[in-house]
Amino acid sequence: MIEVASLSYRAGPVPILHDIRLSLPAGGITALIGPNGAGKSSLLHCIAGLNRPAAGSVRIDGMDPFAVPDRTRARQVAILQQSPALASRLRVRELVAFGRWPHHGGRPGPEDAQATAAALAAFELDALADRPLDTLSGGQRQRAMVAMAHAQATPWLLLDEPLNALDPRHARDLMARLHALSRPGPGARSVVVVLHDINAAAIWADRVVAMKAGHVIAADSAARVLRPDLLEQVFDTAFEVIEHAGRRLVMTL
Amino acid sequence: MARGRAALWALAGLLGALSALFLFWQISGPVDFVLPLRATKLAALVLVGAATGIATVLFQTVAANRLLTPGIVGFDALFIFLQTGLVLMLGGLAVAGLPAFARFLGETALLMLAATALFGLLMRRDAGDVVRMILTGVILGVLLRGLAEMAQRLLAPSEYAVVQQAMFASFGAVERDQLAVAALVLALAGAAALRMAPALDVAGLGRPMARGLGLDHDRVVFLALALVAALVAVSTALVGPITFLGLLAASLGRVVAGSDRHALSLPAAALSGAAILVAGQVVFERLLGMQSTLAVLVEFFGGLLFLALVLRRRRG
Repeated sequence: MIEVASLSYRAGPVPILHDIRLSLPAGGITALIGPNGAGKSSLLHCIAGLNRPAAGSVRIDGMDPFAVPDRTRARQVAILQQSPALASRLRVRELVAFGRWPHHGGRPGPEDAQATAAALAAFELDALADRPLDTLSGGQRQRAMVAMAHAQATPWLLLDEPLNALDPRHARDLMARLHALSRPGPGARSVVVVLHDINAAAIWADRVVAMKAGHVIAADSAARVLRPDLLEQVFDTAFEVIEHAGRRLVMTL
Repeated sequence: MARGRAALWALAGLLGALSALFLFWQISGPVDFVLPLRATKLAALVLVGAATGIATVLFQTVAANRLLTPGIVGFDALFIFLQTGLVLMLGGLAVAGLPAFARFLGETALLMLAATALFGLLMRRDAGDVVRMILTGVILGVLLRGLAEMAQRLLAPSEYAVVQQAMFASFGAVERDQLAVAALVLALAGAAALRMAPALDVAGLGRPMARGLGLDHDRVVFLALALVAALVAVSTALVGPITFLGLLAASLGRVVAGSDRHALSLPAAALSGAAILVAGQVVFERLLGMQSTLAVLVEFFGGLLFLALVLRRRRG
């Protein structure tokens, strides 16, 4: 369970988040949606313990991410950031293996190699495992980064726009993979994901948090949040929501 | 890793061969006089090359920049400025009168403090903006060099001689007790850098990702800068500044190691730096008949590499 209480955050002098109160139950996929500059990434970074809030607090399963040692935090919550391209001769396998750092701190053991291999297999990166990162396409690199966050084996997985640069097939596969990971069972992850594709949220998310201008407008089940009136309020543009083959689809008008 | 390790051994073999060449080729005159002389010079070359190579790889990792080196941003100028300041405040006789060991350690500690404060601040402010970082770094280097020169103008000629001794790249006039201190500092700093290698690998992913993985990035940057300062102090105190040696050593080391893993790239850069200096010294002493100086050779080729890297980066 993630609890965000009266959280405000500013980037230098600019206020970004205002008095955010939010509680996300464990399990399932929570999608963060909202227009550019709504503060979705900032909120994700605050929850991950990377952006120190100006006021308020964050608790992840009772843990204050700013009070525990960095590696303890990184065993509880993993974050995929929108990072600039890594121009590095690192190989995909080496990058994914970095996800194990919070567990071994520099001395990897056999279980770390196992987790790395499992992450490579889960994201269909076996064929690319020995390719240097600077020879990959944007989408392949993105998948490698998601695999790294997966290898971190944390109860909470936060992803900032993971569908960036992914083709339709890999975008679908990634969402399906996240969905499967977040179903109840042993080793289940709780996923919080920033999405710009509202339909991806409509299809895969269990809960949707809609944000605008540093405020949370709505946080509820996908069916309750993805309504034309609410979407129009959040995005300042008209929407139509239709049902097709048992699925809810969102279109701008 | 296996390929990288084989490359390291090959590089070590090459350095050994070059060293043997330097020691035993063209001996004219009494052997028991020439050999110790050459051995001292060889030790200085190897120490300076290794220290510069390691310092450059460390600096480039925490600066997230493959173009900047401690030499280019003025680490050595800061060292000379501190030395000049010391002579200015205490007087040349007092400084020259200090025991070599104590003086060296004191200066090293002073450089570590000043460098971590100055460059730590620079990195925190400009991290992520590569162009600004390069510009700030280069301008800072020029500023520090200018300050050092100004302080030197204020010195009396006899006091200036004390500073001058530390200022010019010269492998001819190295004292043996200095070598021992330098070797000790290099060994300690090198061991510390290798121990940090896995953390440096993570830091190489950049500050945001490294922090996401639970690395205390600021602490790693601080420690790495302190080590860089100690290593720069070693090489500058021994022979004076050689601006572009680090760039040559780090680039060559990475190519040879074929990996960005610090467990490989640190030793590879150290061996490359040493091999470049020994090879250069052989060429300039035995083939060019002392017609030029080693520093000039290194700066020439290092400068060319710097330009090539800058231009390639532009295109890419």
